[in-house]
Amino acid sequence: MPDQLIYAIEVFFNGLMAGVLYALVALGFVLIYKASGIFNYAQGVMALFAAMTLVGVMEGQVPFAHLINAVLGTKVHHFGWHLPALVGIVSTVLVMVVLAWLVQRVIFKHLVGQEPIILFMATIGLAYFMEGLGDMMWGSEIKKLDVGLPQGINLWIDEATYNIFDYGFFIDNLDIVATIIAITLVGSLVIFAQYTKEGRAMRAVADDHQAALSVGVSLNFIWIMVWSVAGFVALVAGIMWGTKSGVQFSLSLIALKALPVLMLGGFTSIPGAIVGGLIIGVGEKLFEFLVGPLIGGATENWFAYVLALLLLVFRPQGLFGEKIIERV
Amino acid sequence: MLDQTQDHENLLEVNNIEVIYNHVILVLKGVSLNVPKGGITALLGGNGAGKTTTLKAISNLLKSERGEVTKGHITYRGDHIAHSEPADLVKRGVVQVMEGRHCFEHLTVEENLLTGAYTRPDGKGAIEADLDMVYNYFPRLKDRRKSQAGYTSGGEQQMCAIGRALMSKPETILLDEPSMGLAPQLVEQIFEIVKSVNENEGVTFLLAEQNTNVALRYAHYGYILESGRVVMDGEASELRENPDVKEFYLGMSEEGRKSFRDVRSYRRRKRWLS
Repeated sequence: MPDQLIYAIEVFFNGLMAGVLYALVALGFVLIYKASGIFNYAQGVMALFAAMTLVGVMEGQVPFAHLINAVLGTKVHHFGWHLPALVGIVSTVLVMVVLAWLVQRVIFKHLVGQEPIILFMATIGLAYFMEGLGDMMWGSEIKKLDVGLPQGINLWIDEATYNIFDYGFFIDNLDIVATIIAITLVGSLVIFAQYTKEGRAMRAVADDHQAALSVGVSLNFIWIMVWSVAGFVALVAGIMWGTKSGVQFSLSLIALKALPVLMLGGFTSIPGAIVGGLIIGVGEKLFEFLVGPLIGGATENWFAYVLALLLLVFRPQGLFGEKIIERV
Repeated sequence: MLDQTQDHENLLEVNNIEVIYNHVILVLKGVSLNVPKGGITALLGGNGAGKTTTLKAISNLLKSERGEVTKGHITYRGDHIAHSEPADLVKRGVVQVMEGRHCFEHLTVEENLLTGAYTRPDGKGAIEADLDMVYNYFPRLKDRRKSQAGYTSGGEQQMCAIGRALMSKPETILLDEPSMGLAPQLVEQIFEIVKSVNENEGVTFLLAEQNTNVALRYAHYGYILESGRVVMDGEASELRENPDVKEFYLGMSEEGRKSFRDVRSYRRRKRWLS
């Protein structure tokens, strides 16, 4: 087999893994958009905030340490404990649920029935607020996140491919774990949406708020639930990216990469978010590998957007978006 | 059944309510009505008379449309319900079928029906039994149970909306404009079903309807609304015979129903005579 093809296969797999992470962020967007029609600009910051909280809790950081020290003249930093990852994750999930409740209670409860653009602007405000809150609570330095996920080259794949192609593929263990977790997460979300009472109510709310209200579904409850689930998804995405490249501000920018994923997959489709993520992940890596050298590289920055734009022209609802049902 | 006394006979009492939208638009100017247990009460009137607003004031769906009950009170079984959430009302047995059907388009017909049972605490078995009951009343829905509600016909959507309301095991259904956009034959069929649900399941109905003719044939009692006020009320049979109702709402004069040609000849005759 020619070397070029073998490299391309390796690039393909790496792209697939990167795509999983895009998909995870996109999934958070889809959940909230589907249930409430809100495009949540803060999804990326939620991932950052969740990852920061997780590190903070595990390392026993004192929240608002700077503020406390400045006001009281004390010198507190750490509680002096190191918690196991599971405890950290569970407490972070609780924090995200409280956050969901607050967001609903303080912001969106008062904006029921407003124009989508106003809801969107509210989420921009929320994004910057959470960014500041995260920095104030846990400090703004780059943090290392280690919840015990395996990292580094997968030797088994390396060896197996070496025996076949005479060339060992470099595939990161973390990427494999991320893929498995993402698949599990998506599977359970789909089952939840399709087969449980609350999931059905969530889809009903997405279709028609008023009608859902009229059959006794509490919009408040559904929205808090959806924001909590989106918070959980953000946490998972935050753990993956944080483990890979440290918990830092740039983590919140992956939200921008989720935009073309959403355009591709459709704003309302959970499977769409996944497939869209994979297509973008694989597409941009392969394009960079095959076409990049010809046109001077750095195609990864714009490839996803151009692809999404092209698709929008031909299929505005995305690949998997719900068909707009219109009866005349 | 246990309510034999006079003051419990009315399940629902609306007492002189005033509704304002957006803090400025006065829509209801003092509407009062009583809905007796086990009856079909009709709320009649033309466009913009305030029928839908009255129903939404009762079911508390006004809030999401920036409407507000500013005067008067509404009681259900003697309790004030003006400030309870729609979900609480559904739990108490008051459910609304909104004007224009409002099915969940992307859910299948069966999922739509199951969503109607959202507030019910009793288990799967009871819900399954009621699903059968609904399919019994609406065999059409059983045929279409797996199709997305958005792709079903207008009549099927109306059936789906009524069936969905039935799934909450209601005591009272507020039914808004069931005849809207449906063929006369289908309207008749839907009212026939409403009547049999009322008789067999003992569900009380308050129905808002523009089609005075049909509504007065199926209802027991009627209220006529005109620009936010009740202008007339009475037993349905009396209203049907009332000359004013006949003239303004049923399109009939003393001589019976007229076709357009008769109207013209009537005018001609009048000119000759005068």
